[in-house]
Amino acid sequence: MHPFTFNRASSTDQAVKWGAAPNVRFIAGGTTLTDLMKLGVEHPTQVVDINRLPLAEVERTPEGGLKVGALVRNSDLAWHLAVKQGYPVLSEALLAGASGQLRNMATTGGNLLQRTRCMYFRDNLSPCNKREPGTGCAAIGGANRTLAIFGTSEHCIATNPSDMNVALVALGAQVHIQGNHGSRVVPVGEFFLLPGSTPQVETVLQPGELITHVALPPPLEGAKSGYLKLRDRASYEFALASAAVVLQIDGGRVRQARVALGGVGTLPWRSPAAEQALVGAPASAATWRAAAEAAVRGAKAQSENGFKIELAKRCVAQQLATVAARV
Amino acid sequence: MAKQKLQFSPDNPPLLPLSRRSVLQALGISSTAAVLGSGLAQAAGSAAAAPGDAAEPGAQILNMTVNGEPHSLKIDPRTTLLDALRERLQLTGTKKGCDHGQCGACTVQVNGRRVNSCLSLALMHEGDAISTIEGLGTPEQLHPMQAAFVEHDAYQCGYCTSGQIMSAVALANEPYGTSDSDIKEAMSGNICRCGAYSHILKAIKQARG
Repeated sequence: MHPFTFNRASSTDQAVKWGAAPNVRFIAGGTTLTDLMKLGVEHPTQVVDINRLPLAEVERTPEGGLKVGALVRNSDLAWHLAVKQGYPVLSEALLAGASGQLRNMATTGGNLLQRTRCMYFRDNLSPCNKREPGTGCAAIGGANRTLAIFGTSEHCIATNPSDMNVALVALGAQVHIQGNHGSRVVPVGEFFLLPGSTPQVETVLQPGELITHVALPPPLEGAKSGYLKLRDRASYEFALASAAVVLQIDGGRVRQARVALGGVGTLPWRSPAAEQALVGAPASAATWRAAAEAAVRGAKAQSENGFKIELAKRCVAQQLATVAARV
Repeated sequence: MAKQKLQFSPDNPPLLPLSRRSVLQALGISSTAAVLGSGLAQAAGSAAAAPGDAAEPGAQILNMTVNGEPHSLKIDPRTTLLDALRERLQLTGTKKGCDHGQCGACTVQVNGRRVNSCLSLALMHEGDAISTIEGLGTPEQLHPMQAAFVEHDAYQCGYCTSGQIMSAVALANEPYGTSDSDIKEAMSGNICRCGAYSHILKAIKQARG
């Protein structure tokens, strides 16, 4: 690990003030950052510990939604009664990620900023435009079985690894951000950036800005939701394909629908085409199949991950049927 | 960690009894490094030495309680909680497996919650209460989970065992179900390469009652 100075922030204002200096990283759970610092992929000169900030609460909003502090641990959020009752898709996505130990450490804010598991990014040796802009992408034509089929560019095909992010995109969450010059709110659907020619820039977060909260809108009335994750082993593994689904069904027809895919995109991948295929259609197997077909339209296979197109399609169809059948 | 020459020989025997660990520490090598080539062993030795060295510039004071005992350490910011426990406090019951949060051998409890100590910087734990396997039971009076692991032969090589037990004990505070599949899911962060999983499951079920 490269040497760094370590400071404990006692207020959010202090954290963002310190964060404005060059090459600073905030640390909360540490599950991504410590790992990448050991690998030499991350080498901050200053680490600011934000664990003492008062951002560990889950609160009801006046509108009936939830305001989740950036330091709420993944396990606490997953088991929170208001989340289990109002946002099952989020609870299930969180519990599908990582392990019990890691979920006890990892935070809501940190999970949003989780880095890709692309092995060329992590090995600190191969050409990687995300790690070393301009060096090329070893994954294109390389070992890319687990990598993205949506949102790729000629510069990067790395997958966003988070399960939580997929649920947040389906739920239409908002990210609250504080910087040295004030606060702003960004819809989670606009928070992540496509790799394009700058895969090293993954979000709209500016240097020194800190995620303080994630706000969830009130649950859709009468809606049902859920998360399905498909992977190489039954637990403690990243998704090959996953689906976050929210369905509001009334009188045998779909009134509102939200569909997002994980494990297949360079960012958590919402599918407006699948949602369009669902809204107004009868709640039936034919509709689920049509929506799943729509969800994978435009997918682009790499040399080893073509199977993901069929896998993602079946994942969406299966999860739509499962959620629709829930009482 | 500076390499030291042993000061004793067959003609000049040591005055103090030696353990395997103290010999390895005096040689400045770890048991892992010992099986590597000498060049690799040097590289591994120097990389592993820096984080635990209190003389490093930038070292800071860390106060934490470990197994009920308060400790104050001057610590390099790069030191993980795992390395602080093993290299500074000599609490070597907690194991270093992958060192990247993928195996669970390093599982300890922080304020009663199980975590991977390899992915946590020690300085993040100012004021925290840490529990390790050394604080759980004694050879004369095992914790029920330890006794259940012995009874059900829930290990072979034993390297993952302290992590398995610390994880299993912490499950009592987590709202997982009691079915076999619930426990398997809850314990998926602890890998056992000997494959003692079915016995581990039996031990946990017995201890949980």
